[in-house]
Amino acid sequence: MPQLDTTTTQLDALRAAAGGAVPGPAAGGGAVPGPAAVGALPRQAAGGEGGEVVRPAGPGDVVGGVPARLVATPGSTEQAAALLRAAAELRLSVVARGSGTRLDWGAPPRALDLILETGRLSGVVEHAAGDLIVVVRAGTRLDELRDVLAPAGQQLALDDPLPGATVGGAVSVNASGPRRMLYGTVRDLLIGVTIVRADGVVAHAGGKVVKNVAGYDLGKLVTGAYGTLGLITECAFRLHPVPTARAYVGCRVPQVGVDGIGRVGRLVATVLRAQLVPSALEIAAPADGGYEVVLLLEGTPAGVAGRAEAARRLLRDDTVLSERAPSWWATYPWRAGDTGVKLTGVLSGVPDLLAATRAAGDRHDTRVDVRGSAGTGVLYAGMAAAADPDRVARIVEELRGAAHEVGGHAVVLTAPPPVRDRVDLWGPVEGLELMRRVKARFDPDARLAPGRFVGGL
Amino acid sequence: MSEVEIGRLAGVLRAALAAEQVIDDRARLRTYECDGLAQYRVVPALVVLPHTAQECALVVRACVAENVPFVARGSGTGLSGGALPHADGVLIVTSRLRAITELAPDDERAVVEPGVINLAVTRAAAPHGYYYAPDPSSQQICSIGGNVAENSGGAHCLKYGFTTNHVLGLQVVTPDGDLVRLGGWAPDSPGYDLVGAFVGSEGTLGIATEVTVRLVRAPESVRTLLAAFPGTDAAGAATSAIIAAGVVPAAVEMMDALAIEAAEAAVHCGYPDGAGAVLIVELDGPTAEVDAQFAEVERLCRDNAAFEIRIAADDAERALFWKGRKSAFAAVGRISPDYIVQDGVIPRTALPEVLRRIGELAAERGVRVANVFHAGDGNLHPLVLFDDAIEGQAERAEELSGAILDLCVAYGGSITGEHGVGMDKAKYLPRMYTDDDLDTMQLLRCAFDPRALANPGKIFPTPRLCGEVPGRHKGAHPLQEAGLAEVF
Repeated sequence: MPQLDTTTTQLDALRAAAGGAVPGPAAGGGAVPGPAAVGALPRQAAGGEGGEVVRPAGPGDVVGGVPARLVATPGSTEQAAALLRAAAELRLSVVARGSGTRLDWGAPPRALDLILETGRLSGVVEHAAGDLIVVVRAGTRLDELRDVLAPAGQQLALDDPLPGATVGGAVSVNASGPRRMLYGTVRDLLIGVTIVRADGVVAHAGGKVVKNVAGYDLGKLVTGAYGTLGLITECAFRLHPVPTARAYVGCRVPQVGVDGIGRVGRLVATVLRAQLVPSALEIAAPADGGYEVVLLLEGTPAGVAGRAEAARRLLRDDTVLSERAPSWWATYPWRAGDTGVKLTGVLSGVPDLLAATRAAGDRHDTRVDVRGSAGTGVLYAGMAAAADPDRVARIVEELRGAAHEVGGHAVVLTAPPPVRDRVDLWGPVEGLELMRRVKARFDPDARLAPGRFVGGL
Repeated sequence: MSEVEIGRLAGVLRAALAAEQVIDDRARLRTYECDGLAQYRVVPALVVLPHTAQECALVVRACVAENVPFVARGSGTGLSGGALPHADGVLIVTSRLRAITELAPDDERAVVEPGVINLAVTRAAAPHGYYYAPDPSSQQICSIGGNVAENSGGAHCLKYGFTTNHVLGLQVVTPDGDLVRLGGWAPDSPGYDLVGAFVGSEGTLGIATEVTVRLVRAPESVRTLLAAFPGTDAAGAATSAIIAAGVVPAAVEMMDALAIEAAEAAVHCGYPDGAGAVLIVELDGPTAEVDAQFAEVERLCRDNAAFEIRIAADDAERALFWKGRKSAFAAVGRISPDYIVQDGVIPRTALPEVLRRIGELAAERGVRVANVFHAGDGNLHPLVLFDDAIEGQAERAEELSGAILDLCVAYGGSITGEHGVGMDKAKYLPRMYTDDDLDTMQLLRCAFDPRALANPGKIFPTPRLCGEVPGRHKGAHPLQEAGLAEVF
């Protein structure tokens, strides 16, 4: 069969480019005087240690319903560069894959020849504890990174709503969780990046110091770009100390109607105006219940105790104080296969977004569960996979209108195919023409994750 | 650009704008010949003062039509020559775009025009209990548009981040003359983070005409101490100990003996006698938290050989601590006829080693270096002191200044932490990045500005003109001279 022949030829060409063997972890630190490199983390690469760098795709090698023909698992930036150079010569369409937790986000690729998996691009290159920075390979899982940093009393202050997610994946989709309120998102924590361009050229930007304004901030550009501008192979992050004390202060608002939403709005505003300095201010609004408002306080034991008490007084009688997060904390209100929508708006617009989700769900007789960061104006809405796709599409349109009213957006992060067919995942995007021009410069043949991003980029 | 073209462009702009908005009188053009880095002086062919974003776009479109380069300028406080005019180009001065168009404390946002002075945002937000966090030392005079261009920092960026962490949305005039909105009021706008790419692009990707910034809740409590140490090694060790203890101060600033001497000569700040180095440590946040950590910081300073610790009892004392620090750059003019302000970054833990190396390199060349810097984030500001009248000293100072940047790069740092690359450091950028890195940055540049009309010659290296020497200052800063700023 011609297709098999093509695949076989391309497989051989990519294998030749990769040089066959899986390289060991590169030495960290380099010639720069500084802390010794931390060894690579042990991990089980998809193909197993010592496996082929390039292999024919299997039944699981699918992105957004589109099957790949080949899978490559480079073990170094250099090998990834060689593979991308070869892929460019072969004119292959390429999608990067970390651990695949968000592979169903974004639109399906228009074409897919090669999955570039970052499973072997893992491990910590350098953890300079005294400088509160870490340099880590993109395929490293966030939970593994947490374990490496914890003994030093440090953390990458990035919540991980989908356990198992990799560093590169989190950067690519600009993932965030509750603590974005205090620490910012991954875009704010990323201080340096190494990428491999579509033509196989390796580029660095930023570095290993927090304060740095030399050259363009390409790290920001690739953050949230869904792999359409280059393959991220290494990231440098600023770290934060792990606080010695932590408390969750929660409050339930049982009323579902306008009264309930009004009370939620007042609670959120009260917390924001107070001197509580929460690390997170989250809200949960299950479709069939009231509301739960929970804030996270972090700091010294005495400080946290004092602020928790102050928070209780502010939120009044029915508050619950706990050292443990509620079960829904830092999770999305949907499961794999469902529709997940990210809603944003100004802080004072959070009650409007809540009201809009309730109203849209009621109007279209569809369950819409909401939770997210009331302290930053980023909410997530989930609808079951079994929900009627026409109704879901209409709800998305209504939420888009509501978000627009409060200065934000409604982006469908993930959805089953019948819903995808009926909605524009991204909605209107400011500056799209400039984005097209950026994409055209970085990836003129549109071979990296083609069609997965805004405006069909 | 020929005089005919200048005349034609001026004619087009005069037809669309008020007469006083277009300046082509040679004497008046000279007012704009440099920014805060007075070493470079270039008289622009034309200066235009737009009043609105639309007028800004109109000027850029006129430049595009004539293929004339343009440079944006805010207050002109930049220290890397980022707003240095182009001899054959138009200087677009944004200082008349100075309205705070929206202030929404409940949404923690303000929308401001680019000519708005940094401190004015905080002054407007303060009655509501909010402030604008990025605080360059020139905050009394520098403009938000310039801050966006340079991704400005300041003493409090250690805890609160830089301009890029506080800008949510922009309206920009692209180098094509289009008026485009990027980002917005809400976080995480879909699409590429062009706001993140634009902030810090030093005017090479267009001109910001409106900036949506984040306002930060004013802290409940602020406490500041000044600790005197025998030398910079001890002060550096104390800094590391504070960070290692899990404390994230709002600011940790260090001055060495020479910087203290200069500050004393200039503003009589009364720092402790015999100090080889002083640290200013500021904590802010909830009172209980600040009190607990403040006691720890005090102990860590003493454990690391601080021989005197002063705690600011009130805002007046706090201001006095800061006065010495903030006047230090200008103050070295009191102890040296000429000086170079350097701006490099190193990993914080390398501070003692790098400061020692700087001292050795200075001794080898027979020049002095005063160190005053943001110790918390490793952002050094070595002031290389020299006397141009002494044969060969200027060259040695210049050489040392470059060697210090090499030192920063060798230790994994950066050639600029907050002043920008501008004109001054374009030649140093390749010491930090490979050709492939720079080519990749150019991809972004070309996407925005295919004609290379927006602030050409800045950031990226081009052959230097004969006789140009980076970063030398003689006498007072032009703004200081004009009585507009005592600090910069």
